Amino acid sequence: MSATSPGRHTTARHHILSVLVENKAGVLARVSGLFSRRGYNIYSLAVAPTDDDRFSRITIVVDVGGTTLEQITKQLFKLINVVKINELDPAESTEMELALATVRADAGSRGEIIEMVNVFGGHIVDVSHDALTVSVADAPARVDDFEELMRAYGIVELQRTGRVALPKLDRQAPRLRSVTGKVG
Amino acid sequence: MKLTGAQALIKSLEMEGVEVMFGLPGGCILPVYDPIIDSPIRHILVRHEQGAGHMAEGYAHVTGKPGVAMVTSGPAATNIVTPLCDAYMDSVPMVVITGQVNTFAIGSDAFQECDTTGITQAVTKHNWLVTDAADIPLVVREAFHIANTGRPGPVLIDLPKDVANQLMEWQWPTDADVDADLPGYKPTTKGNGRMIREAARMIAAAERPVIYAGGGILKARAAEALRELAELTGIPVVTTLMARGAFPDSHPLALGMPGMHGNYTAVTSMQKADLLIALGSRFDDRVTGKVDAFAPGAKIVHVDIDPAELGKVRRPDVPIVGDCRSVIEEITQALRQLAAAEDAAPPPDRGPWLAQIRDWQARFPLHYEMAEDDRFLKPQFVIETLRENTPEDVILASGVGQHQMWASQHFRFEHPYTWVNSGGLGTMGFAVPAAIGAKVGRPDRMVWAVDGDGCFQMTAQELVTASAERIPVKIAILNNAYLGMVRQWQELFYEERYSEVYLSPDLPDYVKWAEAMGCVGLRVEHAEEVQPAIEKANSIDDRPVVIDFRTDSREKVYPMVPAGGSNDDIILGPSQGEGGR
Repeated sequence: MSATSPGRHTTARHHILSVLVENKAGVLARVSGLFSRRGYNIYSLAVAPTDDDRFSRITIVVDVGGTTLEQITKQLFKLINVVKINELDPAESTEMELALATVRADAGSRGEIIEMVNVFGGHIVDVSHDALTVSVADAPARVDDFEELMRAYGIVELQRTGRVALPKLDRQAPRLRSVTGKVG
Repeated sequence: MKLTGAQALIKSLEMEGVEVMFGLPGGCILPVYDPIIDSPIRHILVRHEQGAGHMAEGYAHVTGKPGVAMVTSGPAATNIVTPLCDAYMDSVPMVVITGQVNTFAIGSDAFQECDTTGITQAVTKHNWLVTDAADIPLVVREAFHIANTGRPGPVLIDLPKDVANQLMEWQWPTDADVDADLPGYKPTTKGNGRMIREAARMIAAAERPVIYAGGGILKARAAEALRELAELTGIPVVTTLMARGAFPDSHPLALGMPGMHGNYTAVTSMQKADLLIALGSRFDDRVTGKVDAFAPGAKIVHVDIDPAELGKVRRPDVPIVGDCRSVIEEITQALRQLAAAEDAAPPPDRGPWLAQIRDWQARFPLHYEMAEDDRFLKPQFVIETLRENTPEDVILASGVGQHQMWASQHFRFEHPYTWVNSGGLGTMGFAVPAAIGAKVGRPDRMVWAVDGDGCFQMTAQELVTASAERIPVKIAILNNAYLGMVRQWQELFYEERYSEVYLSPDLPDYVKWAEAMGCVGLRVEHAEEVQPAIEKANSIDDRPVVIDFRTDSREKVYPMVPAGGSNDDIILGPSQGEGGR
C-alpha cells in the first residue's frame, strides 16, 4: 500500500467536519448526542480549545453520503453553541493524526522496528525488554501504513487520536495591484 | 442591589413580561417559590407537572408568547419531559424552570437528583444548568430570546438550590450582552431575493399549483400574508393539522386538511399538482404518506425558517430560508412586479385545474352516515353541533386520536390561533391542560376541548386546577369506550383482533368524576340531547363543564391513507372495502 492510496481509514464516504463551538460545559455531549439521536455515525472525533479560549474546535470524521452530510451540517448548526462549520475536502486540507502503539520487540526485531519508526519520522517513547511504545504523527493514510507494518511484529495496544484538520493554504501568489495614475 | 438567585429569577421573569406561570413546588425549587408571593406574576398550581407543561403550551399556542412552567427537580423534571418533547415537535415557545440539587451534590445521586439538562437535551432548543447566580438575568433573557425567535421551541433552565440562595448583584443585561454571549445563534429571517424572484416566476407559470400551508404560518403570524398571496394568485390552500385556522375554512380557496386523514380533495390536489408552495410546513410523514409516491409531478417551493427542513424529506426546487410572513410578503410583491412587467408572459389557464378541484369537492366531500336508529351517537355529529353552537372565534383544544381527526376535519376553523393540538408528538392527554392554558391566555374567548375517553383519563386531574383557579373550560369527551384509533387499526389491519383497547363507557363514571373535581358533569346518549347539553355548558361560566358523549365505538376516521401507503391509495370510507382488504 502506497502512502497516498486510500487506506481503511479514508474511504470515499468519509467527510471531515471542522466545527467551531463555544468552549462551554456540555457542548461535546450536545454534539455527540445529536449524532446518535439522528442516527449518524461518528467515525472519529478530536476536540481541543483553539487559540481563542472562548472556542473549541471539534474535528469530526463522519461516514455518510452527501445528502445526509447536508442534514448533519444543518442539524449541527441548529445547536446554539455551534458557531461555525466547515466541511473540509480531504484534497483541500491538511490532516494529521497521532498514533501510539506498543509493539512486541524482542532482541531480534527491535532493530527493524526502530528503523521503521525512523522512516516514518516517529519516536520511541517507551522501552522494555520485550516491547517498545512508539509514536507516529502524520497524515492519516501514512498512519494507516505504519499501523499495517507494525502489525507484523505484534501490536499489544494501539491508540489513535482521530484526525485533526485545517484547510490548505492558498498557493496562489498574491495578485499584484495594478498601478494607476501618472507614471514618471 | 443585592438579590438572591431566586429573587433575581422572578425579577427576570417580570422583566420579560411574564404574567402567568404554571407550576408545582418541591424541595429544590423552594427558594424560588418564596419571592412568588410578592410578585405580580400569577402562579397557577397544577396537580401534576405534565399538566404545567401542557398548560404552558396551550397558553403559547393562543397568545404567541412563551408559556412558562416551573417545577422542582428529579421526578418533577422527568414529568415535564413529555410537554418539552411535545413543544419541540410542534415548535411551541416555552420556558421551563426546574429546581436542581445543590451544586456540590450534583453527580452524587442525591435525593430527587436527576441529570435534567442531559435528559432534556434532545427535546429542547437549548438548556442551561446555572452554576452562578450572577448569570441568572442573562440566562433568562437568552432563554426567552431563543424560545421565541427563529424556529420557536422549548428551553429549560435548571437551577440548583444553592444558586437560588446565593446573593448576586442585580443587573439586567442589554441586547448587546445577549448577542455577545450567543455567537452561534443568528436565525435567518429575510429570504434570499434571487430565490424569492425565482419562486414568483415558478408560481406565475404553474398550471396546477397548491399552497401547502403548515404550522409555520401561525408561528410567523403570517395568516394575513397567506390570504393575500392566495387571493392575488387564486391558488387553493391546504392547511395541515398544525395550520388549521391559518386560512379560513369558509374561503372559496380553502381545501382543508391533507394527509393520512385528510379530505380527498386536499390529498389528491397535492398528488396531481405541478407546483407545491410549501410555507412553514415540513413534509411530515402523516402528510406525505409514502414519500416516493408523494406529489410525483410537483416542483417544490419550500419556505421555512429552519434551514434543516429544506431538503430533509423532499428536495425543493426553490429553497427559501426565512420568516414565513416576510418571505410570503416578498413573494407577493415579486408576483405583482412580474405581472406589471411589460414583457410579462400571459398567465397560464388554471381554469381546468380549478374545475377539477371543484369536481373533486363535489364528488368526494367529507361525510359520515347518521345511524339508522338513535342508539348510536355519531362523533362527527357532536363536533358539527359543537361548531354550530359556539362563537366563530371559539378556541378548540384536542387530545390525540380519532376525536382529534374528527375535530380537525369537521370543526370549521375561521381564525388563526383557535386550534390547539398535539400534532408532532401525538401526546394523549394534551387536551385538558392545553385548554386550561389557552383559557388563561385568552380569558375573553370561549374554550372547548374535544377529548377521547382514553386521553381524558391521562390528565383529567388538571380539572381540579381549573376548578380551584376558576378557569371555566368545557370538555367534550367523545366516549366510545375504546382506545379508538388503535381499535380502528386493529379492525382494519389486524383482522379485528382487539388487543387491550377496551376501556368501558361506565368505568370511570365521568359525570361523578367531573363533579368530584368541582366541575359540572353532564351525560349525553342521544342525538337530540347534544345541542341542549352544549348550550347548557356554554351558559356555565364559573366552573369547568365536562360532557360525557356516549358515541358509536364502531365509527372510524375516514378518509384514510394506510400507513406507509401512497396518497393515491386513499380510502374514502367503509363502502370502499374496509381498509382496502
